[in-house]
Amino acid sequence: MAKNTTARTSGTANRRGRRHPLATVALLVIGLLSTGGAYALFTGTASAAPATVHTQASTEEGKKLFAANCATCHGLSAQGVAGVAPSLYGVGAASVDFQVGTGRMPLANQGPQAEQKPVQFTNEQIASLAQYVASLAPGPGIPSSKYLQANGNSSTGAELFRINCAMCHNVAGAGGALTEGKFAPALSGVLPQHIYEAMVTGPQNMPVFNDKNLTPTQKADIITYLKYLDKNPSPGGFDLGNLGPVAEGLFIWIFGLGAVVGVTIWIAAKAN
Amino acid sequence: MTVTETKPPVAPTATEPASTVPPSRGSRFTGAAANYIDERTSISGLVKELGRKIFPDHWSFMLGEVALYSFVVILLSGTFLTFFFQPSMASVNYAGSYPPLKGLDMSAAYSSTLNISFDIRGGLLFRQIHHWAALLFIAAIGLHMLRVYFTGAFRKPRELNWVIGFVLFVLAMAEGFTGYSLPDDLLSGNGLRIIDGLIKGIPVVGTWISYLLFGGEFPGTKVVALFYSVHILLLPAILVAALGLHLLLMVVNKHTQFAGPGRTNENVVGVPILPTFAAKAGGFFFVVFGVIVLIASLFTINPIWTYGPYDPSPVSAGTQPDWYIGFADGMLRLIPPGWEIVWLNHTWSFNIIIVILVLPLFLGLVAFYPFIEGWITGDKREHHIAERPRNAPTRTAIGAAGVTFYAVLWAAASSDLMATHFQITIEGVIHVLQALFFLGPIIAFFVTKRICLGLQKKDHEIALHGFESGRIVRLPGGEYIEVHEQLDDYERWRLVSYNEYKPVMLRPDSKGRITAGERARAALSRWFFEDRISPVTTTDIERSAGHH
Ligand code: HEC
Ligand code: HEC
Repeated sequence: MAKNTTARTSGTANRRGRRHPLATVALLVIGLLSTGGAYALFTGTASAAPATVHTQASTEEGKKLFAANCATCHGLSAQGVAGVAPSLYGVGAASVDFQVGTGRMPLANQGPQAEQKPVQFTNEQIASLAQYVASLAPGPGIPSSKYLQANGNSSTGAELFRINCAMCHNVAGAGGALTEGKFAPALSGVLPQHIYEAMVTGPQNMPVFNDKNLTPTQKADIITYLKYLDKNPSPGGFDLGNLGPVAEGLFIWIFGLGAVVGVTIWIAAKAN
Repeated sequence: MTVTETKPPVAPTATEPASTVPPSRGSRFTGAAANYIDERTSISGLVKELGRKIFPDHWSFMLGEVALYSFVVILLSGTFLTFFFQPSMASVNYAGSYPPLKGLDMSAAYSSTLNISFDIRGGLLFRQIHHWAALLFIAAIGLHMLRVYFTGAFRKPRELNWVIGFVLFVLAMAEGFTGYSLPDDLLSGNGLRIIDGLIKGIPVVGTWISYLLFGGEFPGTKVVALFYSVHILLLPAILVAALGLHLLLMVVNKHTQFAGPGRTNENVVGVPILPTFAAKAGGFFFVVFGVIVLIASLFTINPIWTYGPYDPSPVSAGTQPDWYIGFADGMLRLIPPGWEIVWLNHTWSFNIIIVILVLPLFLGLVAFYPFIEGWITGDKREHHIAERPRNAPTRTAIGAAGVTFYAVLWAAASSDLMATHFQITIEGVIHVLQALFFLGPIIAFFVTKRICLGLQKKDHEIALHGFESGRIVRLPGGEYIEVHEQLDDYERWRLVSYNEYKPVMLRPDSKGRITAGERARAALSRWFFEDRISPVTTTDIERSAGHH
């Protein structure tokens, strides 16, 4: 290549009309990179942990926060408002930590299901809210950290996940559609604590998996598996969002066949 | 460098003048070797004949080649896979190197596919090459079929080759489906379960067929071994035979070509196979191979390790077949719920019966389209000039309707992904697609036909009066006119050289009767040709030339 360019410096005029022999390859690489880049953008939105503020979590603080942010819907003493929001008696600290910690609460607008938004409270504030709601009536508590280390048995976890969760969340945890605009979200990048809490509280259309359905150890195994998927990118290369054959089919039509047809056009143009 | 080939082929007359330079050792050796082979096989006649075959150089004529080359890649990579794959559903305990599956019981087929992916050097790359190449193979066939359809290249004498091509398409889909089922993972097992349901939905014989196929109640322990023989032996053998026939007929019939100066119904203009085309094609093979390997080395396909071993109880959200089976899955998804009745002590699942009626009907129309069109138009002439789609508005419109129909079914197969990714309800997606199932093809038909006629009118104008140059000139009398630039003869040839058709006339047969069949044919023929714009004739051109 280098030889070409030095030898031909004087002949640029007649080269102008021609595409560089590497143009197709370059195009291909650009195409591949841009998909990869776009994909990385889509999946790269890491959930930033809110900055910790050094104040003690307390029921008192939680009550104030609740009155200011939640009472409009859930009622002043969390007793619920008919037709607006459910009672929070007995939902437990786990539910509050999940709902507020993933940015679902406070609810922004009435959609098919509570959307995830940027988290609005600090960890301490969330803990205070959780303590306050837990103080009203007993319910599932914040999971013990020994289940959240992602050091259980990933193959048991994978099997349990396929049996209990894949029908909604997709076998690769890529998410899936439910009826009436509801959906089971993709599970990549969800914190172990929130995975555990989702299982014990069953947010919205998700069923509750109590300790008789899935023992805490089994929950820890599921978390281990999901974290394994997070930590180990697909050995086969870019995973196209783990969307399965649809993504693969679109890819081969647009980029595979696209590249090849590009080459055929180029060859035929050269011939004339 | 283009060459004109005439048909029927004339005997070769000119011979190369013997070279005066003494041959080098290398060329003496090749010469002797070639002679040795020729004396024993008389192959030189064939090589000469084939070597003179002319390829037109429009890019769209290379789509079939893309399919052919991906098929070669599939054969090569597939052979590698057979060394390591175990087509058995016997239960084994996985002890390979993928942690989240360690210690699980699974079929030998799944475990050996995992071993290919993780424990055999280059295995994963070969699996991915094989699968990506398969997707590309069928996509290229599809595009190739569309090219042949929309240029009318299936008309006499090529109708049979269209049918063979269609058979290749179906075989390729069958190859794809059996291959997809071999690893015995959860996704492919779900796919097989759907097929099992389809089969069981066939009235009366369905259950029997299902038991026969799976060797008992689904999933049984035999289907992988059965599919393996079909996938690596039976289907490839038929495919290669049909492919050979396809290529042979293509050589016999010669290529079609687009109209142009010096290109007639009696010749083919392009490059001969030897040496130019063969060299190009060889290079092109490696381009296709390279693209496939590049994709396979960068992008995961069918990550069976995340799907897990097949087990009839779990079903994953977002289970889809590979793209080429998508239209069938989509059709199933579009059927409204509850279409089942009990009659004569049997359950009649119309939600399935309709699917297994409509899809073969659609495929049948595709397969026999050349004969259907030939019958309607009564056209018995040979055609070697590729028709521009606009010059056959009704055919193009029918094609567009068919493509729309297929696309709606295809989209329906990914209805759940559309719902989650565009944040709409899945019911909404399904209802829209259900409406499009009926309306889409009709709308596509009329819109396409109008567009074709519009383009034809434009061509007509341009051929007669030339381009509007945008230059306004004031005549001495004070009148303003816009100067039109005339086309050169080459350009004009492209625009005016197409056949004109007339509807079939309703004539009584030899017994003086007009049969119902003839009546239907005349009506269809009128419909086929009712809107048409006659090509510009030389007298038209001369007359209008006098104008300017
Ligand atoms: C705009 C009204 C609205 C606001 C404000 C709101 N919520 Fe909710 N919340 C709802 C509704 C409606 C539901 C039930 C449906 C759902 O989960 O989406 C709910 C559900 C919950 C649940 C789950 C209950 C269960 O059964 O597990 C918790 C916990 C919760 N909210 C906590 C809070 C907290 C804490 C705040 C304040 C930071 C808050 N919410 C603010 C409307 C609201
Ligand atoms: C019936 C369907 C269904 C099943 C089964 C199910 N989920 Fe869910 N899951 C949901 C839905 C719906 C949501 C969204 C809830 C929301 O937005 O409030 C959800 C949310 C979650 C979340 C929160 C995701 C996030 O982005 O914050 C986690 C984690 C989760 N599920 C894990 C699991 C696990 C683990 C299992 C199996 C033990 C499981 N789910 C089974 C439907 C399901």
